[in-house]
Amino acid sequence: MAISLKVNGEDKRIDADPATPLLYVLRDDLALNGAKYGCGLGQCGSCMVVVNGEAVLSCMTPVMLMEGREITTVEGLGTIEEPGPLQQAFIEMQAAQCGYCIPGMMMSAHALLRRNANPSDEDIRQALGTNLCRCGTHMRIMAAIRRAGELMQAAGLPAAGEGRTG
Amino acid sequence: MDMLETGITRRGLMAGTGALVVSFSMGRALAREAAPQPAAPQPATPEPPALPGSLDDERFLDSWIRIDADNAVTVFTGKAELGQGVRTALLQVAAEELETDPKDIELVTADTGRTPNEGFTAGSQSMQNSGTAIRNAAAQVRAILLAEAGRRFGVPPESLKVENRTITAPDGRSVTYGELVSGQMLHVEAQPQSPLKDPGSFRHMGRPMQRVDIPGKVTGQPAYVHDLRLEGMLHARVVRPPSAAAQLSELDTTSIEAMPGVVSVVLDGNFLAVVAEKEFQAINAMRALSAASRWEEKETLPDQNDLPAALQNLEREVGTVAEAGNMPSFTGRIFAATFSRPYQIHGSIGPSCAVAHMKPDGTLDVWSHTQGVFPDRAAISEMLGMPPEKVRVIHMEGSGCYGHNGADDAAADAALIATKLPGRPVRVQWMREQEHSWEPYGPAMLVKVKASLDETGRIANWGYDLWSNTHSTRPGGAPALRGARHKAPPFPASPAKMQISPSGNGDRNANPLYTIANKRVLWHFLPDMPLRVSALRALGAYANVFAIESTMDELAILADADPVEFRLRHLEDPRARDVVQLAAEQFGWSNMPMPRNRGRGFGFARYKNLAAYMAVAVEAEVEPETGRVRIVRAVSAIDSGEVVNPDGIRNQTEGGILQTISWTLYEAVSFDRTRITSTDWSSYPILRFASIPDKVDVHIVGRPGQPFLGTAEAAQGPTAGAVANAVRNATGKRLYDLPLTRDRVRAAIAT
Repeated sequence: MAISLKVNGEDKRIDADPATPLLYVLRDDLALNGAKYGCGLGQCGSCMVVVNGEAVLSCMTPVMLMEGREITTVEGLGTIEEPGPLQQAFIEMQAAQCGYCIPGMMMSAHALLRRNANPSDEDIRQALGTNLCRCGTHMRIMAAIRRAGELMQAAGLPAAGEGRTG
Repeated sequence: MDMLETGITRRGLMAGTGALVVSFSMGRALAREAAPQPAAPQPATPEPPALPGSLDDERFLDSWIRIDADNAVTVFTGKAELGQGVRTALLQVAAEELETDPKDIELVTADTGRTPNEGFTAGSQSMQNSGTAIRNAAAQVRAILLAEAGRRFGVPPESLKVENRTITAPDGRSVTYGELVSGQMLHVEAQPQSPLKDPGSFRHMGRPMQRVDIPGKVTGQPAYVHDLRLEGMLHARVVRPPSAAAQLSELDTTSIEAMPGVVSVVLDGNFLAVVAEKEFQAINAMRALSAASRWEEKETLPDQNDLPAALQNLEREVGTVAEAGNMPSFTGRIFAATFSRPYQIHGSIGPSCAVAHMKPDGTLDVWSHTQGVFPDRAAISEMLGMPPEKVRVIHMEGSGCYGHNGADDAAADAALIATKLPGRPVRVQWMREQEHSWEPYGPAMLVKVKASLDETGRIANWGYDLWSNTHSTRPGGAPALRGARHKAPPFPASPAKMQISPSGNGDRNANPLYTIANKRVLWHFLPDMPLRVSALRALGAYANVFAIESTMDELAILADADPVEFRLRHLEDPRARDVVQLAAEQFGWSNMPMPRNRGRGFGFARYKNLAAYMAVAVEAEVEPETGRVRIVRAVSAIDSGEVVNPDGIRNQTEGGILQTISWTLYEAVSFDRTRITSTDWSSYPILRFASIPDKVDVHIVGRPGQPFLGTAEAAQGPTAGAVANAVRNATGKRLYDLPLTRDRVRAAIAT
């Protein structure tokens, strides 16, 4: 079945079984690496993407529900040459060990920072409620998200990545 | 009755029941007590001379460093990036001695086709082995190039300046490395001594450097084997039996072969897999195949509710880990206790994955996040009956590793499937429940400690008995691979052997670093493994240091001493004392009463008794109503020897502390008599953001000019001890069994 999606600001048309979880469409059909397979059960958050502003578990979301929606993955937050504020903050704080969970963390944070660029630690912990990290990078992830909020406020951005993608 | 006597009596009884070997080795144990610092070259046999680090195994300089005519520098390591940041640290080391910038070096990591064989990336030894080798090789390469430039310019090499891969003479003439290198100039054996740079002149080592892999990882660049997409690649899923001892009894694959996209159903003994064009098709077919298969299962697992007895029943051999002074005898103030640790998982967030490609020329390429490309190649080629030179294993990063997880098995799965579908690359991705159920676990352990104080409040006698499987069943041969055990004919399991070595295994850190007059440490070895086990970060050190540090606090209470002062009373090594004192000072350690339901706890160990020194103080809060424990803050000090990347040390140590908090408060594999029942994150909970500390500090004690000691596993033991001691301090109750769950804490408070 042909499905139209908007991913990181670009219109995409893919042919897939409508029940396919969005995760596999992003990774295999669109060759995007950001969203990761972690559990396929909605328990770990490594597949997190942002859909119309909300953090969504792409491993649990059939692609047919995504028709016409605006999907943002970590690739939509900036590039390696020109990283966005969240990416800059994670690099600055060296907030990764293996890094596998990190894009999912960043997408949960992206959804939070769109609403509130000055979140409390409690806000951040809540926004990361689903996300698991096994390396124990939690303290740096917290610091990076606080830092991203600062960078966005300093840049006068109302929200992370706003203007790049939905 | 005296515990040690009891133990001996019981062993005496057991001796009649089967193969029991008591391998006391007083001389060896005593020799180990007095063992000098590591990294000292072994006494020289006439030839060849011992070389620093892994140079001793791969002796030619050009195995490690290549310089091309265009001045490009390539450095080779047999170690792998596991998320620990070793790629960045090795670049710093190479750049330092080669007088260039890390960004101008290409670093090639573990690949049987290209790099030296450095065994496993394990045991916090990458800096000692590979860092030392690369540093010395780089210094010797620099010296060769300087000598060659001196010869060309007709000046003494000492008069030359070297910067950014260019050598300049006093008169201004200059030449690049690339212009100097010719022929076999670097194809020479390394020398035992190298003209290493003085730490005072370092430009890269000892300074924080941003990890080279992080920008790609946070922007969605391909970074993991999971991201490898080869032309024509197929997607495979394995269907594992419902339990380890299950045998396939019935299977009809007809309907599965007709499913959309399915290319093949692979059946080889008890090894079962599906291969499809697209990933979700493979998952659907896997589910259908799983539903269509019937298995005969057996009750082979121990009783989880009486694990200590089950472990003791598996004992077949006893080895002496350490002895000193007289046989311990206990009088006066005595503490005796039994501690336990459950089976625990590595639990990588990304389940294991591999890609294999059986090529038309009959060679097989395998991309894997294995810790050991060479051992994995040996095991895979044995499994397939192929000559090793026809198999190439290439490391690509996976999700965090923490020891021997499913990586090698997934590589074997991919290899096995690829040989049945030659011509097209095959990607195998384990599912979450497969990772939880089939990875080798960190072994359950039981520890009995008995110790007594003398009149002056020093520990006089120490008896320590631990029960454990081996902590390493890594590939050395095909039987270590799950696929090889399932295929037909299956490779039979290799028997496990107790091996007592200075760095330890199940007995790692079982011998306390504290000075104790009379002690005996025994490993009661369990060769049979009812649950599959292997190396989990820190091996036995986690449970052993938990038991030792818990005991130290109880003894301090008996001695009416401050826990930190009590430790210092028994520590002679100045580097050990330094980290203990620094952690205590930075924490603000005191004897002031804590607020209600709060406690402080301390832990210390020198990893393996020969690597990094680590001390940590934590503050815990306990909710008496629920039993919930949260670590509020942790303050640590670490001495990893010569520092290469201080931020790397901090990152690894923070991670070690947080992961250990998770192990210690929450984690235990659950099972019934047949099956593993912790199959996902809801049945095996780990640390969540809601329960993280407010603050975690890491203070580094730098040791310029000293050998690298490694970092990644230093925190596990001390943190477990500190957490348990903080709970004791907050509640007045000692908990002996890991993990310190809400139920256990609440029950302890209620007694």
